Amino acid sequence: MSAYLQIDHVDKVFERGGQRTEVLKDVTLSIEKGEIVAIIGHSGCGKSTLLNLIAGLTEVSSGGIILEHKEVNSPGPDRSVVFQNHSLLPWLTVYENVNLAVGKLFARTKTAAERHDWVMRNLELVQMAHARDRRPAEISGGMKQRVGIARALSMEPKILLLDEPFGALDALTRAHLQDAVMEIHQRLQNTMIMITHDVDEAVLLADRIVMMSNGPAAGIGEVLGVPLARPRRRTELVTDRSYLHCREAVLKFLHERHRYVEAA
Amino acid sequence: MSNPLPAAIDDADGMPRSATVMPFPRRPGGRFDLVPIGGALGRAILPPLVVIALVLIVWQIACSGPNATLPPPSQVWTESGELILKPFYNNGDADVGLGWRIISSLQRVALGFSLAAIVGVVLGAVVGQSVWAMRGLDPIFQILRTVPPLAWLPLSLAAFRDSAPAALFVIFITSVWPVIINTAVGVRNIPEDYRNVARILQLNPIEYFVRIMVPSAAPYIFTGLRIGIGLSWLAIVAAEMLTGGVGIGFFIWDAWNSSHLADIIVALVYIGVVGFLLDRLVAGIGAIVTRGTAAN
Repeated sequence: MSAYLQIDHVDKVFERGGQRTEVLKDVTLSIEKGEIVAIIGHSGCGKSTLLNLIAGLTEVSSGGIILEHKEVNSPGPDRSVVFQNHSLLPWLTVYENVNLAVGKLFARTKTAAERHDWVMRNLELVQMAHARDRRPAEISGGMKQRVGIARALSMEPKILLLDEPFGALDALTRAHLQDAVMEIHQRLQNTMIMITHDVDEAVLLADRIVMMSNGPAAGIGEVLGVPLARPRRRTELVTDRSYLHCREAVLKFLHERHRYVEAA
Repeated sequence: MSNPLPAAIDDADGMPRSATVMPFPRRPGGRFDLVPIGGALGRAILPPLVVIALVLIVWQIACSGPNATLPPPSQVWTESGELILKPFYNNGDADVGLGWRIISSLQRVALGFSLAAIVGVVLGAVVGQSVWAMRGLDPIFQILRTVPPLAWLPLSLAAFRDSAPAALFVIFITSVWPVIINTAVGVRNIPEDYRNVARILQLNPIEYFVRIMVPSAAPYIFTGLRIGIGLSWLAIVAAEMLTGGVGIGFFIWDAWNSSHLADIIVALVYIGVVGFLLDRLVAGIGAIVTRGTAAN
């Protein structure tokens, strides 16, 4: 079998000063093209480590990750990341931040005019074209995250990796951005992996929810399919039975079977 | 922020509302409207003028006695007033005004300092990138940076066997250390996220240096450049002892050899003012270039 993205028996061990910390153990997961997968778990369970492994920002200790028949072992624009704290470059404007990626990746394949159009297309996709000449310090947290998404999308990634992208935002802004992500997925049908600690967000956005057990040596506890038709509307889902069922299943996993044990 | 909570509690307790006192914040600016705009200027310019006048008076009194070793201001004016009034005269044959001498020295400093800036930023970037380079080189830098310009002079002359490059080297070696050290610290402080962005985009080392490293470390780099330009101007007297010619540093050396103390005093003031302006210049450029870098 060959899935779009295949994570195969991956372990991750950090070693520092003779101390061995086993973070992930035997993680196996396959993701199909066009799927949105949410990874949920308590803090410290290695969700971000898993995402960094897929991004290639950290190396696997054993096992392998294969994206479209090619092994992942270094970072690249085919797996673009939306970082939790946006990590826009503060000395560049919104336009220049996206253009940094576009200019680098399409220097040979697109003309200057095409690159400009492509930057603007991506900014329009996240409704940020109006702020193209503002600097990150001059826009709100939600807007920064929109630009972060535009930058990641502009790379035309095979997989979009979102690392708790809305964790630092207020509930209303977060809802707007979740809608934006669903809309983008509707239009582009792209593959996304999203880390979250928000149960509602996971159920609302994902096709499948990967629930991780607690570390050390965390792994995949359970995978839950979300059988909700798209487009999904949050107002209608509040009373939807399968929505409520999924929500309950995730909550039970997190709070009954894999209760977060505070480090003593 | 005014807190409405006490009022609510008062209500619940049936206490009279008047018990909660909420003073209006005083409107800022109301007081300043009355002061004429000239007042601000007066506050900035008047105090130094008064202090300078006082210093001149004390100096005049202290150096007016028959045993005074230094000339009083009045004597400086009569002997060297021409230097102040006509900075750009040119009688040919190295007998030129202090303005020309300053320009000649500035050219020398510009060359030496530009070299120090380029080498300092590149070397600092390399050192800041590598933990081991930092550990190995930092102590050496810290020691070498305290060596005064005059101490480099004999070595420099022996190495280059020619006064012009030796003078440039003295300026360079005096001002390069703070640029290296500050750039290295700035590079070490580049947030991990920016590095990750660069890795995902697969920027090559040169692109990374230009697009991420320099702008991110710019505030640190400019701190180093500002200290560096101050030091390079400090080195000018030492450097021009070698070169001779028309520089302001050599002018002082020459005036000392012919016992023109009044000329030296005027030259000192010139050097001080130019040094101050250089510092402002680099600070100003830094403020423009790093606009937005610090904020996030």
